[in-house]
Amino acid sequence: MSATQDAQAQIPVTVLTGYLGAGKTTLLNRILTENHGQRYAVIVNEFGEVGIDNDLLVESDEEIFEMNNGCICCTVRGDLIRTVQNLMKRKGAFDAIIVETTGVADPAPVAQTFFMDDDVRASAKLDAVVAVVDARHVLQRLEDTEEAEDQVAFADVILINKTDLVSEEELANVEARIRAINPYAIQHRSERCGVDIAKVLDRGAFDLDRILSLDPHFLEHGHHAHECGPTCDHDHHHGHGHDHHSHDHDHGHHHHHHDEDPHSVKSISLKAGDLNPDMFFPWINQVTQVQGPNILRMKGILSFKDDPQRYVIQGVHMIVEGDHQRDWKADEPRESRLVFIGRDLNWDVLKDSFQACAAQ
Amino acid sequence: MPTVAPADMDGFVVRAGFLNECAYFASGEGEIVFSGQGEKKVKPHKSGLLAAEPVVDGTGLITSGDDGCIYACAADGSHELVAERPRKWIDLIAAGPSGAVAFASGRTAWVRLADGREKEFAHERAVGGLAFAPKGVRLAVSRYDGATLWWAGTDGAPVELTWKGAHLGISFSPDGKYLVTAMQENALHGWRLTDSQDMRMTGYPAKVKSFSWSVKGRYLATSGANAAILWPFFGKTGPMGQSPLQLGTRGDALVTSVVCHPKEDVVAVGYQDGMIMMCRFADNAEVLLRRPGKGPVSSMGWDAEGVRLAFGTEAAEAGIVSLQD
Repeated sequence: MSATQDAQAQIPVTVLTGYLGAGKTTLLNRILTENHGQRYAVIVNEFGEVGIDNDLLVESDEEIFEMNNGCICCTVRGDLIRTVQNLMKRKGAFDAIIVETTGVADPAPVAQTFFMDDDVRASAKLDAVVAVVDARHVLQRLEDTEEAEDQVAFADVILINKTDLVSEEELANVEARIRAINPYAIQHRSERCGVDIAKVLDRGAFDLDRILSLDPHFLEHGHHAHECGPTCDHDHHHGHGHDHHSHDHDHGHHHHHHDEDPHSVKSISLKAGDLNPDMFFPWINQVTQVQGPNILRMKGILSFKDDPQRYVIQGVHMIVEGDHQRDWKADEPRESRLVFIGRDLNWDVLKDSFQACAAQ
Repeated sequence: MPTVAPADMDGFVVRAGFLNECAYFASGEGEIVFSGQGEKKVKPHKSGLLAAEPVVDGTGLITSGDDGCIYACAADGSHELVAERPRKWIDLIAAGPSGAVAFASGRTAWVRLADGREKEFAHERAVGGLAFAPKGVRLAVSRYDGATLWWAGTDGAPVELTWKGAHLGISFSPDGKYLVTAMQENALHGWRLTDSQDMRMTGYPAKVKSFSWSVKGRYLATSGANAAILWPFFGKTGPMGQSPLQLGTRGDALVTSVVCHPKEDVVAVGYQDGMIMMCRFADNAEVLLRRPGKGPVSSMGWDAEGVRLAFGTEAAEAGIVSLQD
């Protein structure tokens, strides 16, 4: 609709999340000092003790706006809307935006801002949510706080930092635990955030095609009907549902306070062939309406019957956004895949009702 | 036939209008161009300019930037520092009576009076907009869940107006009877100040980012739809139960900027594609003032006689439309 709404005009945005002390600012400074020729506008929540050396640096107090639409999870970051709009008055001064969140920030309002506010959407697009976790402390954090789990669940890229402070075995535990929460994120190990910046920035991580092609695990997981974390306690019978990466995770580690862990995030991967759009869209709307508060992230690539194009879909809580992406390639199997990451989702119902959307 | 004299700008035009006979254009890159007898360019801010507002008597332009500075600029290019809040992005300003200037960053608003005194007004949530009442040094601050009316010159108790949601742009009706805010949702909210009666003005497909009162405050013209939406504010109950006028309707572009003519019941309407039309309230007669350009019309302002219109777009285009040869 708008001349400014085409993809090329949208400034890519990278959101950095992670607990205090995980290494967000270190990563940020690495990005900014790397000789990549990109100019960044950086939005930070507070000027921390470690200085950030950048021309365009904005301090922004977190302001959560609830939308007057009756939806409890439809929250956006009002300060981000304002800051992005202000930045757009100097479009020529930067190529990309990095948003650093506070350690305890809920990533949902940040991500939702880029879908729910029309002005922000017209000018900026979320490239990736990058979570920095501290290899030594992350398991404790995941046990203690819902925010830490949310940050992992929301991430497209997870940087497991400070790997020099843990043993190889501990590191494997951390990776397994994180993969159990979010098997779809790309994990990288680092010391002092020493990672190839290209693996963190300009990921087009919301472009599912990139994730699928870059992460071999993704395809592997796609074969499972379910992906469940170590705390998965549902009792239905499925042959190979449990994520094989997480089997040895809990050894010597006691994070089950009680049987039903209310913080537990699980993921599910659904697979089908061609779908009937007249069935699928009412279904996904209903699922996100009813279960939206429990859905942290949702992503999918869909094949609709008689449609030559791939349809990509993504969501945060109750927000669903989809669009045609490109033609299916001749050598590409036409299949539909949809993943949910969330809490207390009714997995069986999701699976069965998704299968009911298959084209006859 | 109206003629357009283009002006050369270096970026997103944040504000365009007139200081008496002199047109001004302020860009997000920080450049301010005064175009009257000859042309003057000034760049008071160290980097970007975020907001600009003409002072009430038309003798100067107040600007704020991401350098935390607020300047008063005159049409001859001279400028002086009014106030400074280091490291803050000052993105909201308002010019009031008797030389008062209000500005805000984050959750705090300040008023600087002509004698140099400054008052600070803290809010629990972010400030969304600032407006001075037409009479008295009274500042309205829109905020999350409503608006607050402060007495800027004295220590009188503030008046809180409550309505759930985030309130952004804010404006008093010229008679001071109504206060109107644009919301994060695609709606306007209004309060009748005599009794705090709420008014909802809805139906917009996009956020309302531009509004302008017509002659004598009879109508409030707004952007945010595919036509200029004008709510009637005459009569005892204002827009309540009334339908708005819809002027300059187009099927293919939203209205991004509106400014009412200073003397006639006519509004200049700027669109997303850069087109500008002039529309008459009585019969919706339309005159094309500018053809579509490269970007959305971001700001417009009439001269005092209503014969010239300064405009700017997000794509660094600007100019003056003259209705007379």
